[in-house]
Amino acid sequence: MLKKLWQLFLTFAKVGVMTFGGGYAMLPILQREVVENRGWASEEDLTDYFAIGQCTPGIIAVNTATFVGQKQAGVIGGIVATLGIVFPSLVIITALASVIEMIDHLAVVQNAFAGINVCVGILILNSVVKLFKKAVVGKATLVIFLLVTLGALAANTLPNVNVSPVVFVLLAAVAGIVLKNLEGKKA
Amino acid sequence: MIYIQLFYEFFKTGLFAIGGGLATLPFLYNLSDKTGWFTHTDLTNMIAVSESTPGPLGVNTATYVGFTVGGLPGAIVATLGLVAPSIIVILIIASFLKAFRDSRIVDSAFYGLRPASTGLIAAAGIPVIVTSILSVDSLYTLLTGGMTVSMIKWPAIVLAVVIFVLTNFVKPTKKLHPILFIAFAAVVGVVFRLGGV
Repeated sequence: MLKKLWQLFLTFAKVGVMTFGGGYAMLPILQREVVENRGWASEEDLTDYFAIGQCTPGIIAVNTATFVGQKQAGVIGGIVATLGIVFPSLVIITALASVIEMIDHLAVVQNAFAGINVCVGILILNSVVKLFKKAVVGKATLVIFLLVTLGALAANTLPNVNVSPVVFVLLAAVAGIVLKNLEGKKA
Repeated sequence: MIYIQLFYEFFKTGLFAIGGGLATLPFLYNLSDKTGWFTHTDLTNMIAVSESTPGPLGVNTATYVGFTVGGLPGAIVATLGLVAPSIIVILIIASFLKAFRDSRIVDSAFYGLRPASTGLIAAAGIPVIVTSILSVDSLYTLLTGGMTVSMIKWPAIVLAVVIFVLTNFVKPTKKLHPILFIAFAAVVGVVFRLGGV
């Protein structure tokens, strides 16, 4: 049992180290480590876990790790696999953050970050475009998208408006259930 | 006490951020407004570092924010807060996997959640883009103070267009790792002094 837990921790720590960005970028790495090297899941299982990881709360990478760990060694396995996948982030980011803290007053670092911010903005835009194609499938979903974008933008920008994103998430879930039911009745 | 609040805030983020790493951003901008622990610019820098280092983006950003707020213990607490809901939710779902996959109510909730999550990310991204190509510190200053031509950072706009085209329309560069574009943008930032210093 201990050996299995150690293997879970190590395997997912390895997946964590090899993942840049997360999401879909991680799938081929999981396939190699979890399916081919360890035989902990079949291709189909992994696709299932991944799909569920996407439509449940939280980070997809973490959700998938919890899933595989749970299947292998129960609740404790789920926890250990999750700790494994976040371990490299903890080490690397805290080390790097300390270094950046020491140099971020330098002009060259500030200029570099100003350039990097342009890139981050475009990377976010690219993700929005990609998600938009899957999420906005008709008028109703377009309205939800626009309302949430404007509402959240107002909440982000205006000092006297402070609405938590939680509110938008909950309202959208309710809207989805109501709208689907209405469409179902019409059909 | 800051650790309890960190855990609580990141637990909430983990519970309500649906659709992967970038979905955590709106929660983090909201946290910045609410607590003043870090600025929006700090956060954008943290995202850049998180994109360029190994590990899932959402986890990296949580670790970074936690570290900024409360050192190493803060980093650990924030990360554990972020993953705790995943562990709870997935362990529950794993026991009735099929019922969850086939559930009509889950399916219809996601009909509304997907566009909302996309909208939340868009709303987090718009200020990042605006403040990176104009010399303003926030969207609010722009709204209240108005815009002048002298605010426009032309090299930044060119850089934005170049990266957008390379990441979307040029076949050989489309699949390149984001870290390469981040490195390229850093060099352009230094050469053209985009930070204004």
